[in-house]
Amino acid sequence: MTAFYQSDVPMRESVPVCRALAFKYLMEHKTICVNDGELIVGEKGPAPKATPTYPELCCHSMQDLQILNDREKIPFAVSEDVRRVYREKIIPFWSGKTMREKIFKAMDEPWRQAYEAGMFTEFMEQRSPGHTVLDNKIYRKGMLDFMQDIQHSLQALDFFNDPQAYAKQQELHGMLICVKALIRFAERHADKARDLAARERDPQRKAELERIAEVCSHVPAHAPRDFWEALQYYWFVHLGVTTEMNPWDSFCPGRLDQHLYSFYKKGIEEGTLTSEQARELLQCFWIKFNNQPAPPKVGVTAAESGTYTDFAQINSGGMKEDGSDGVNDVTYLVLDVVEEMRLVQPSSSIQVSKKNPDRFVRRAAKIIRTGFGQPSVFNCDLIAQELIRMGKSVADARNGGSSGCVEVGAFGKEAYILTGYFNLPKVLELTLNNGVDPRTGKRIGIGTGEPEQFGTFEQLFEAYRRQLNYLIDVKMRGNNIIERLYATYMPAPFLSILIDDCIASGRDYHDGGARYNTNYIQGVGLGTITDALTAIKYHVFDRKTVSMRDLLAALCANFEDHEPLRQTLWQKTPKYGNDDDYADDVMRSVFEVYFQAVDGRPTMRGGRYRVNLLPTTVHVYFGSVMGATPDGRKAGLPLSEGISPVQGADRQGPTAVLKSAAKMDHGRTGGTLLNMKFNPQVLEGDDGLDNLKDLIRSYFRLDGHHIQFNVVDAETLRKAQARPEEYQNLIVRVAGYSDYFVDLGKDLQNEIIARTEQKAF
Amino acid sequence: MTDPDKCAACGECVAACPAVAREIVGQKMTVAEVMAQVKKDVIFYDQSGGGATFSGGEPLMQPQFLLALLAACRAEGIRTAVDTTCHAEPQIVRQVAETADLFLCDIKHMDCGMHRQYTGVGNERILDNIRLLAGIAREIYIRVPIIPGFNSGRENMDQTSRFVQSLKTVRRVDILPYNRGGLEKAVRLTGGIDLMQAQAPGDDTMAEIAGVLRGYGFEVKIGG
Repeated sequence: MTAFYQSDVPMRESVPVCRALAFKYLMEHKTICVNDGELIVGEKGPAPKATPTYPELCCHSMQDLQILNDREKIPFAVSEDVRRVYREKIIPFWSGKTMREKIFKAMDEPWRQAYEAGMFTEFMEQRSPGHTVLDNKIYRKGMLDFMQDIQHSLQALDFFNDPQAYAKQQELHGMLICVKALIRFAERHADKARDLAARERDPQRKAELERIAEVCSHVPAHAPRDFWEALQYYWFVHLGVTTEMNPWDSFCPGRLDQHLYSFYKKGIEEGTLTSEQARELLQCFWIKFNNQPAPPKVGVTAAESGTYTDFAQINSGGMKEDGSDGVNDVTYLVLDVVEEMRLVQPSSSIQVSKKNPDRFVRRAAKIIRTGFGQPSVFNCDLIAQELIRMGKSVADARNGGSSGCVEVGAFGKEAYILTGYFNLPKVLELTLNNGVDPRTGKRIGIGTGEPEQFGTFEQLFEAYRRQLNYLIDVKMRGNNIIERLYATYMPAPFLSILIDDCIASGRDYHDGGARYNTNYIQGVGLGTITDALTAIKYHVFDRKTVSMRDLLAALCANFEDHEPLRQTLWQKTPKYGNDDDYADDVMRSVFEVYFQAVDGRPTMRGGRYRVNLLPTTVHVYFGSVMGATPDGRKAGLPLSEGISPVQGADRQGPTAVLKSAAKMDHGRTGGTLLNMKFNPQVLEGDDGLDNLKDLIRSYFRLDGHHIQFNVVDAETLRKAQARPEEYQNLIVRVAGYSDYFVDLGKDLQNEIIARTEQKAF
Repeated sequence: MTDPDKCAACGECVAACPAVAREIVGQKMTVAEVMAQVKKDVIFYDQSGGGATFSGGEPLMQPQFLLALLAACRAEGIRTAVDTTCHAEPQIVRQVAETADLFLCDIKHMDCGMHRQYTGVGNERILDNIRLLAGIAREIYIRVPIIPGFNSGRENMDQTSRFVQSLKTVRRVDILPYNRGGLEKAVRLTGGIDLMQAQAPGDDTMAEIAGVLRGYGFEVKIGG
């Protein structure tokens, strides 16, 4: 890549064409590997489990490489050769030229201050916009068909009236280069397979290799003809997208069961496919996803984050475009594979519609019960409503779904970008300190008045609202600049081929070419902020048993010498998650303020901002930059995650948690995340499955967006923490994804243990 | 340790401790207050076909309160179950049967002497009431706690089965494995004397007893 950029191409060509040529360069030079025994071929790196880096986005320092090599959790082996290349070529060339550096240079002082204080994070500083999901277009059209579409678009350009005609022409030229590059990439695999076949002695493997060669000669140039080709086509596209750039949480096939069903049915009817063969191909496909580590991060993130495998969330079930039940035979096949493979990635979700049979939900519940955190469960009927509210057509909404953790979008037709997490409790900390961050003494927010002067809770809440609006503005201003940076310097012509209507409009995915364009800001710490505000409302303003002065003094001292007050705040205060309106009404107010600050504001790609509420693992980091909070939480401890109650604050059982969570208007979000943890015993027997099914169905009748379950007991987790070597394969649901428990940092482990263990229904 | 003879349950100690080290178990509630709690979960009852179960202690010891709650549930369209020892005045049993949708009736032992020895009362009135209910209740599940060394023997199971068969209207018998969870309460109240001296039955024992009962034609759930 560096060699390519050192050539004179970047000086000669337009940006989109240059990016396309860089893609072509990679597709022509990437090491081709066809691994032993595999049926679906192609790797992102030179071998399974290897990962490229993306210096044009974010260049690792020598120190980063050392950390990645040395860190305890998921080390990446960095060879001496790689280090030398970095030291001598990559770092000297890219220094000052990466997207990360461009971004930090373009940000203003308030943004920088708030960012450093842990007020919010910025997704695009290390990876490019992502979470994109494909629809069914590649199962109907080959790359050569897309080429024709691109050529039609080129012919239709109006150089007399459209000032953008040249820019569009360059973008479309870039797409053409990418189409050819992907076909060439597949042909190189066909060549390799043919080579191997010629030398193969085992007749069975020889036949497989010949078939692989045939498949790779047909797709992606042409539309797939059967089940095998459909999977291989998708996989080449997946590699294309993740090679072109390093998009956040990669790329997903979306409704795999629906996409594959016609191929499956045809194969079975014609006798060319058995369900066993289909299952084996799916297993091969699953392994492909599992072999894709997320490209390692830099700086603090590299040290602290137990970097995971690149996310891909495969949706099953749900509804079809016409609104009818989407469950089919392949759905059950996919669920079988999920259960057999027990892999962290690809992550699986079921999309539950009221029209789906109970059998489907029970089948998934059976897998959930085995306790590896999958599949996660989404309310497909509500997701369609959410998407329609955001302006999608009914058909596009029904074809949409969830990706990454819980975020929703119109598959194959939308660029929906997660822009960063926003620390909701930190806003209160600033409000209680009149805009100053007590950790550093720096002014991060605006002056909203000394808290002791607030006569009513409403005055305090108004100050919180003003503080929040200001900080959202700071974040959004940064987002809007970053969007333009990507549109200007980092077009994605290959991805743009795949997302409607980039070809028709001649505009890039990063520049508003998609039919729909959404920016999300993900609110974090809903439970903590609710309980903190509720504690102030209850003790300081309603019952007047604690003065604001005493409360602030206790927070400042991290409750040192104030233990009785901390106990009172923690134990004797209404809490979110107990179906208690006193606390839940505060939650609703916080949601409303957050929603009003964000929703509907324009993005720089012609779309709108929307909210969602999910944390991944950032609630641990956000907690670490915060002092004690009025809910009795001590300084530095994690915040609540997703829309789940504060760890241990829910005492009224799971139905109360669901009732509380459902008091938020999920229909106006683009995704919420609710975690529940059960002992395996809770879900024993047919009754256990039915209970889980009914719990899910009930939550969705209340218009909940998503729920996922951890089925392990705390005792097991403690043992795993003490003796990780014995629990290497223990998988837990972390946030929007599952991970190996022993790979998590200790804080996160403790946090998962502390999540309320529900003892019974 | 609380001396139950001296504690007036005034709650001052509970209010004084911020860490909630002390609690009063149970609280006084009106029908309206209970109904407010019950109604919170209507969506779950509707989804699962469940409802409100009144258990105890012994719900038949507060018949007026119970009847008022059952009537209130009926008005709200909430299904009700009454989990009872059936040790009560037949008059009360008759009244409750008019509004409850389901009775969960315990049979602890068919031998009157054993029953008296371990529970303090004989079983005549209990069995009479169950016979009475068999004629008038909408639905009955019999529930047998399985306590090794007390009632888990084959003879008692056969006697229990024959009794339930004789009722003609009852199809379902659930068996509940004894658990020692109550010991904690005993410790908190009395300093911990294990009156039952029993162990929890193993899964094998439970499966075997379920087999015996199914042989009599009942629908059996372990754990009910």
